[in-house]
Amino acid sequence: MSIQLRALGAAVSVLALAACSPSTTETTAPAFEAPAPLSAEGDFGATLQAALIAAKPGETILLPEGTFQLTDGLSLDVDGVTLRGAGQEKTILDFAGQEGAGEGLLVTSDDVLLMDFGVRNTKGDGIKSKGADQIIYRYLTVEWTGGPDEANGAYGIYPVESKNVLVENVTVRAASDAGIYVGQSDNIIVRNSVVEYNVAGIEIENSMNADVYGNIARNNTGGILVFDLPDLPVSGGNSTRIFDNEIIENNTRNFAPAGNIVASVPSGTGVIVMANRNVHVFDNNFDNNRSAHVLIMSYSEPFTDENYNPLPRDLVLRGNTYGAGGNDPQGDLAPLAAALGGTLPAIVWDGVDRWGAGEAQALNIAVEEASDVGFMSFGLGKYPIDPAAMRPTPERPVAEAAVEPAAIVLPHVDR
Amino acid sequence: MKWQAFLAALFLLAGCSAGGKGTVGPDLDVIFAADPAPVLSDYGLFSDLAGAVPAQGVLPYDLINPLFTDHAAKHRFVFVPDGKAAAYHETDVFDFPVGSVLVKTFAFAPDMRAPEDGQWRVETRLLIHKADGWVAYPYVWNEAQTEAVYTPAGKRIDIETVSPAGEALQLRYAVPNQNQCKTCHQVGKDIAPIGPKARHLDHDGQLLRWAGAGLLEGLPEGVAGEPYAFDVSKPLDARARAWLDINCAHCHKADGSASNSGLWLSATETGAAQIGIFKHPVAAGRGSGGLKQVIVPGDPDASILLYRIASTEPGVAMPELGRSVTDPDSLALIREWIAAMETP
Repeated sequence: MSIQLRALGAAVSVLALAACSPSTTETTAPAFEAPAPLSAEGDFGATLQAALIAAKPGETILLPEGTFQLTDGLSLDVDGVTLRGAGQEKTILDFAGQEGAGEGLLVTSDDVLLMDFGVRNTKGDGIKSKGADQIIYRYLTVEWTGGPDEANGAYGIYPVESKNVLVENVTVRAASDAGIYVGQSDNIIVRNSVVEYNVAGIEIENSMNADVYGNIARNNTGGILVFDLPDLPVSGGNSTRIFDNEIIENNTRNFAPAGNIVASVPSGTGVIVMANRNVHVFDNNFDNNRSAHVLIMSYSEPFTDENYNPLPRDLVLRGNTYGAGGNDPQGDLAPLAAALGGTLPAIVWDGVDRWGAGEAQALNIAVEEASDVGFMSFGLGKYPIDPAAMRPTPERPVAEAAVEPAAIVLPHVDR
Repeated sequence: MKWQAFLAALFLLAGCSAGGKGTVGPDLDVIFAADPAPVLSDYGLFSDLAGAVPAQGVLPYDLINPLFTDHAAKHRFVFVPDGKAAAYHETDVFDFPVGSVLVKTFAFAPDMRAPEDGQWRVETRLLIHKADGWVAYPYVWNEAQTEAVYTPAGKRIDIETVSPAGEALQLRYAVPNQNQCKTCHQVGKDIAPIGPKARHLDHDGQLLRWAGAGLLEGLPEGVAGEPYAFDVSKPLDARARAWLDINCAHCHKADGSASNSGLWLSATETGAAQIGIFKHPVAAGRGSGGLKQVIVPGDPDASILLYRIASTEPGVAMPELGRSVTDPDSLALIREWIAAMETP
């Protein structure tokens, strides 16, 4: 490893010299010799952590093929580093024997590319990046190999407090909260990924400007969630587009530990939009989600955050395909559905349009689906639920579709 | 040949002593070097490293409430370059001049009921204020206790000891890696000290000693330090907040590693939801323990805060770093504090 680093250091020095010397002609950049992978011999966790600490900006660290048992969380705090394995099923970092740290790998620097490796069985979150702008998660697998279990870590892929986030072609299985969770971030793409057997497949929370497309969300408790929560440094989540996703058979039991917001997600939901603004759900394929394909709802707990709006606003649903579903509503939906005959239509709204002592608000929920797509509002009015005040109706709300946000453009997508 | 070698060795020694600042006090060339020194003795922070005798200008200090790290004994020293001083601040860490070094040695004894008997040092951490900001360097002591070696990737060390309560402990003590240093010492994108704040240092005339030694300028009269967390003659709320401040608030603050939690535990925080009262967790995962709120006034067993400081399980235990066993005194304090909170 040290030889490799030294060689790389020498290469960087040569480049620096080349950059300093005046050049009279256009020359191509000096070709880097591809670095050798880290040695798989000895204490691989120590080798890898040392390489992550010693890395210089712009460096690529290559992981060898193999499964490696790690006992402590890894961390990277150097800008511009690429961490690349031999393939998401070929280089496996296994944390089953983890003794410390809140996640398998923590990235706190900018312009980092993570690709072609897998992370397994972390005690906490899988891979977290915090305050890490221009991060790329690409061709990664994060999973808990024992399947759904309350003791699994919360998030598989977990970028938070970051700007310009790209998650693509990843696979996440069995996270006890969300497989892919993007929180308190801005300018986000999550695409072409597979999330299965998690409580939430993909969750965009307290974030702005996200495109979620081309994903397969199957066999989770809930497929794709767009939430906004109170009492956090960043709230007012808005402007998310969810399109061209396969959102099917999200009927896994809810195995999230109580206390977490996703613990209230009814098993069998496709998309949930809660307390967010300007969310567009279109051209997705929903099938066999037993509670409801789309659930629109207000944040239902008491809160003190004066800047927080718990209602979903400016929502557009259009052009989605809805297969069978709503046949066996679960969780909090079960008693409400029971009062309405036991099953639910494709699209369900809690019908909450006010909170506290406030007046009812116009939420502008635009259901622009074919007329044969079922809709139901429970007409709850406000939380907590008062069964006597419930006014269920199959009438779609009067709304004018909000203007769809432009496609997300990321500056680093072609890296 | 032998004489030649001897003369060459003499020449090298002369070269060494002429290179630094001299034999008195820390070596500023090493302190300001771009890279960490390979061994602790290179800094000249101790006139007798093995005996832990600080060099001239290096002052021992302590905090009234230390972070709990598996019952380790801690020895702290501060160095501020000659002719300079740290500037006093009422609530934040003092503003230390460039060239300052904070030294913290972690040590254990066979029986922590008598921590001075047979004590050995495990690691020494340096926080150095370089020209472009603070850096954190961990050094691990050798078996012979004669030298500590730069160990940026951290290390697990098996330690057997007896806790202050008389309980046999087998610790998998974690020397943090260099990035983990930053996890706790993070302020925004930068690294900063945690302990040297007026409220932690103001006891037994310590701030006056700092000022008298020329280390500190701008010390006002009437500084109100925090109470010792386990001095039951002091108000419970202030003691619990002091404990949370030193054990949690380095991450749980607006510009710390746990900023995204919205749970801010500095003693200066005033918002009820910010300190966790009736606050729902955001990313706790199984760290919630199936409980719904961070603090439920009057009900410690329903409070996630207590659940997490009572756990030793990675992914649940708080703090995430630096603790592998629980501290009964700390748990009792936080339990008492939550139980005594009035329910609305």
